[in-house]
Amino acid sequence: MDSINPLTLFFAAIFTNNILLTNFLGLCPFLSMSRQKKSALGMGAAVVFVMASTTALNNLVFYKILVPLGMEHFRFIVFIVVIAAFVQLVEMAVERFFPALYFVLGIFLPLITVNCAIFGASLFMVIRKYDFVQSLAYGAGSGIGWMLAIIAISAIREKLQKTAKLPRGLEGPAITLIITGLLALAFLAFSGMIRVQ
Amino acid sequence: MPNLPPKKEIFLTGLWKDNPVLRQILGICSTLAVTNLMVNTLVMDAGLIFTVCMSSLTVSLLRKVTPVRIRMMVQTLIIASYVIIVDIMIMAYLPDISEALGPYVALIITNCIIMGRCEAFARNNPPVASFIDGLGMSLGYSLVLIAIAFIREPLGFGTLLGIRVLPEGFVQWTVMIMAPGAFFTLGIMVWILKYFRPQPQTGEEKG
Repeated sequence: MDSINPLTLFFAAIFTNNILLTNFLGLCPFLSMSRQKKSALGMGAAVVFVMASTTALNNLVFYKILVPLGMEHFRFIVFIVVIAAFVQLVEMAVERFFPALYFVLGIFLPLITVNCAIFGASLFMVIRKYDFVQSLAYGAGSGIGWMLAIIAISAIREKLQKTAKLPRGLEGPAITLIITGLLALAFLAFSGMIRVQ
Repeated sequence: MPNLPPKKEIFLTGLWKDNPVLRQILGICSTLAVTNLMVNTLVMDAGLIFTVCMSSLTVSLLRKVTPVRIRMMVQTLIIASYVIIVDIMIMAYLPDISEALGPYVALIITNCIIMGRCEAFARNNPPVASFIDGLGMSLGYSLVLIAIAFIREPLGFGTLLGIRVLPEGFVQWTVMIMAPGAFFTLGIMVWILKYFRPQPQTGEEKG
């Protein structure tokens, strides 16, 4: 595992192993926040930042604190607490120092604590035994991949709302799921370009 | 809540009327990830039912002593503790499946259904009602998972619970094992349900 180049990992996390389209993580906010491109962009940016930081941070916490103490089983609780604390801290910092940015991203930050993709990235990091730099690359890549997917889907949904006449029952979540399936199918074309697992 | 609906009503609401996956589109991350094999699905369901029931019960028991401001943190910690129990149990007794499920057992923690039930029901209601509510919701969730696995495994592998159900000559639909198959299956199920039982838009799906 140590041989994977962080850069390779970064691109793999965006394209071939997209955390949303191949691992199904972060679907709840994906479905509810993808109505408009603007909110999709805000949510996506917040996810990229938080995911990159918390995956790296959790890597440090796991290998520097939990492993030496022999408390690997508590990693679920510890990771959740780290993520929640980090999000809270970022929210306060952004509100204090960058009010303009807070206006754009602020409402998305609290939602991120419950985003399973963030937590999932930390868990994958442990299972695949990434080191610190790899974790950072993996977290950032996964975040960007997630952002890519949500922006793509929100653009499609905006168009769809204006033009398409959908059959009864298909509007809303059903059509979004089917479009996501098509998007996942398209992303399958990338698989095989990079092998990481 | 002074006039609580009868227990049977609470149970059925979760099981079917307000089915968490099909109606509320909650907690679908893990729904989709584990449903390409029936065995994984069943184990995952058992873990989820245990976690939902027990954390609803615990949150409800502690509802009078939990300060409102930190209740989310308390609920998360309660849920996480039960998930750790489930994870260790699966690791001990079903090591192969634990390997296959990977991080998805731990992801029960961020499954929106559990938090949703704690927040919406358990923190205002007595323990027994909360337990039943959790049972109904998690069984409803499990039913949908099993239904999806029932479609995906035979089409993807030609087997069900590892036993061959379709003839040898059947060409396996590889796409059903992979991610797109899950999205299509759930999308079509939601569509069919909404076609026959339209419901007014209930606003936010959150997660």
